[in-house]
Amino acid sequence: MLNFFKRKENKDKLDQGLEKTKKGLFSKLKLSVLGRGSIDEDVLDDLEEVLISSDVGVSTTLKIIKRIEARVLRDKYTNASELDSILKDEIQQVILENHPESLDYFDIPTHEVDGKPMPHVIMVVGVNGVGKTTTIGKLAYRWRSQGKRVLVGAGDTFRAAAVDQLKLWADRVGADFYSKGMHADPAAVAYETVREGVTKGHEVVIVDTAGRLQTKKGLMDELSKIKRSMDKILPGAPHEVLLVLDASTGQNAISQAQAFTEATQVSALALTKLDGTAKGGVVIGVSDMFKVPVKFIGVGEGMDDLQVFDPRAFVASMFDPIGT
Amino acid sequence: MFENLSQNIEQAFRNIRGKGKITEINVAETLKEIRRALIDADVNFKVAKEFTNKVKEEALGKNILIQVEPGQFLVKIVHEELTKLMGGSNTGLSIAKNPPTVILIAGLQGSGKTTFVGKLANHLKGKGKNPLLIACDVYRPAAIDQLTVLAEQVGVEIYKEPDNKNPLLIAQAGIQYAKKHGKDLVIVDTAGRLAVDEQMMNEISVLKESLKPTETLFVVDAMTGQDAVNTAKAFNDRLDFDGVVLTKLDGDTRGGAAISIRTVVDKPIKFISAGEKPEDLELFYPERMASRILGMGDVVTLVEKAQQQFDQQEAERLQRKIRKNELDFDDFLSQIQAIKKMGNIKDLIGMIPGMGKMVKDVDIDNDAFKHIEAIIRSMTKEERMKPQIIDGSRRKRIATGAGRSVREVNELIKQFDGMKKAMKRMNSMGAGGKVGRSMGALRRR
Repeated sequence: MLNFFKRKENKDKLDQGLEKTKKGLFSKLKLSVLGRGSIDEDVLDDLEEVLISSDVGVSTTLKIIKRIEARVLRDKYTNASELDSILKDEIQQVILENHPESLDYFDIPTHEVDGKPMPHVIMVVGVNGVGKTTTIGKLAYRWRSQGKRVLVGAGDTFRAAAVDQLKLWADRVGADFYSKGMHADPAAVAYETVREGVTKGHEVVIVDTAGRLQTKKGLMDELSKIKRSMDKILPGAPHEVLLVLDASTGQNAISQAQAFTEATQVSALALTKLDGTAKGGVVIGVSDMFKVPVKFIGVGEGMDDLQVFDPRAFVASMFDPIGT
Repeated sequence: MFENLSQNIEQAFRNIRGKGKITEINVAETLKEIRRALIDADVNFKVAKEFTNKVKEEALGKNILIQVEPGQFLVKIVHEELTKLMGGSNTGLSIAKNPPTVILIAGLQGSGKTTFVGKLANHLKGKGKNPLLIACDVYRPAAIDQLTVLAEQVGVEIYKEPDNKNPLLIAQAGIQYAKKHGKDLVIVDTAGRLAVDEQMMNEISVLKESLKPTETLFVVDAMTGQDAVNTAKAFNDRLDFDGVVLTKLDGDTRGGAAISIRTVVDKPIKFISAGEKPEDLELFYPERMASRILGMGDVVTLVEKAQQQFDQQEAERLQRKIRKNELDFDDFLSQIQAIKKMGNIKDLIGMIPGMGKMVKDVDIDNDAFKHIEAIIRSMTKEERMKPQIIDGSRRKRIATGAGRSVREVNELIKQFDGMKKAMKRMNSMGAGGKVGRSMGALRRR
């Protein structure tokens, strides 16, 4: 069944997804340096605009600009044509601080308890409508197509039909599915899902949670409880807390990252909906402020439209000239 | 996370305190702070720039009084302009003359369309409507189930065809069903779609053209960043929607997208969807939204203070006119208004040079100005500005208009002339000490 889905070249897909981003950034950049001999105030202003318009945020933008100014001063660059490589460099460095090397995050770490292999447990969190369930579906698809045994747990017992939505995804990709139905205690669902994964020998267990706005104290406390419940059945679980961010979200993503980190010690980010017109610059901002790597990006509606985030490719794609 | 805007502004204003006028130079830093605050609130970069430029024009050349914080002055202008920008034509939902009213819902994935549909149905049901929900999201897994659950929750009927993948056919059949079953309103839920997805955008255009909805609402996540302008524009280009719904405002987002969208498409924000319960739907209040975007809980106090400052500024303006001997009947009238509004005349005497002394002569009660006001209001604009043109026949007309005698009109004009003369003398004499005495001459009239 899984062979129905064509595997596409990652780079191509990323390019497609980022095409809008590139067009916007690069054409603006080109315009801003055209006919100028040096990096002057106007060019820096234009760069500021490019970065801000990509949701990079004021403070991160100013930080990047400052670094570029310092570098120009130090290295005595006078040619504006060198600007895009400098800019690329500096943005990369901001991201790379938290992504020491490009890893294949689809490689699952192994866990053992008393010499017995244990599932890799992932808890997925985020605000409403960012694409948590879809991301789980795509992850499950990816690991299923690697031949892994995957179990998904329907921890969103709140939103109407959320359980059905996850069930459909599980059926579609051939993952096992655990649910206690709607309105069940999500911590109990998480606990039971992990127990089932441990007893039935799944390699990956992914637990969905209901979307919640980070300002809702009660719901954030519930999230901490869901997380703790998994540790009770399998010490160390969840091994990953994946915060899903919507690429079209603005500066509120920072507030989200902060609150979810406080509640659940977020260990990784997924950035969805990068195939739209949103620039995704929010990654740079979040990456700059929280020491959590972006692991996955969603670039389309197909099952295989989830990629490992590659900071170099990401930044390069932003600045690659179109059509060459 | 975010720094308080008013703090930032006070900081930026430290360097211009004590300077008399808002000029290009001393306002630049403050406007930069305001722009940054707006961008941090997710207002689109260009929109923020245009906006602060407008505020600058508004503010340039205006006098800053020493006693008040100049920051408040700008904050007031910013707040007012934001409110103005987002306010206006909120006319609510249109209702079709021939039922059913058709409401089409459109937006990106995850913006909260389906949840909003449930809330809107609940809201309209409460207003005596009999809504039918039509499930046209044929793509997202379990979207139809979600709408079914919501319909049940709020107690309205749903029309769905789970095996039909054609939203147009479903919608048309749904509307027929509504007609047959006495539903006076249908809400068409559609799949989320990206503005760059040509095929999906075509689909919704066709829906709009064929169904001819009474209302098309664009649902947008209040947390949306810089991209809000692109998306809103793309949807508006295709759908020419009637209004905007802002969702997820119960979080801590500033919601600057509201400004961006309003600027780019100029369509009213009709609803605020904030919360997960069916009743969590609010009407949109531009003033509250402006306060939220600026991040000021204390904005009301600030604005009130600024308002007081404005009255003082008005007094200053008057003083300038007096100095130039340009006082006219309009000034006279506006001062009477101000005095009536503020109540305590004694307190105001110091505030309104010239005028204060004059009104002290009159035995003041609440009706004291009634006749004077009536007479001035019966003057034409020209007459108020150039009292010297008021001749005999004009006086007669004014008297008739005001329902007073010509003698009273004569009296007022004489008084006014005398006042101006006194002021002229006062001005030529200069310094303060002699003012009292020269005003004394006025009192003898």
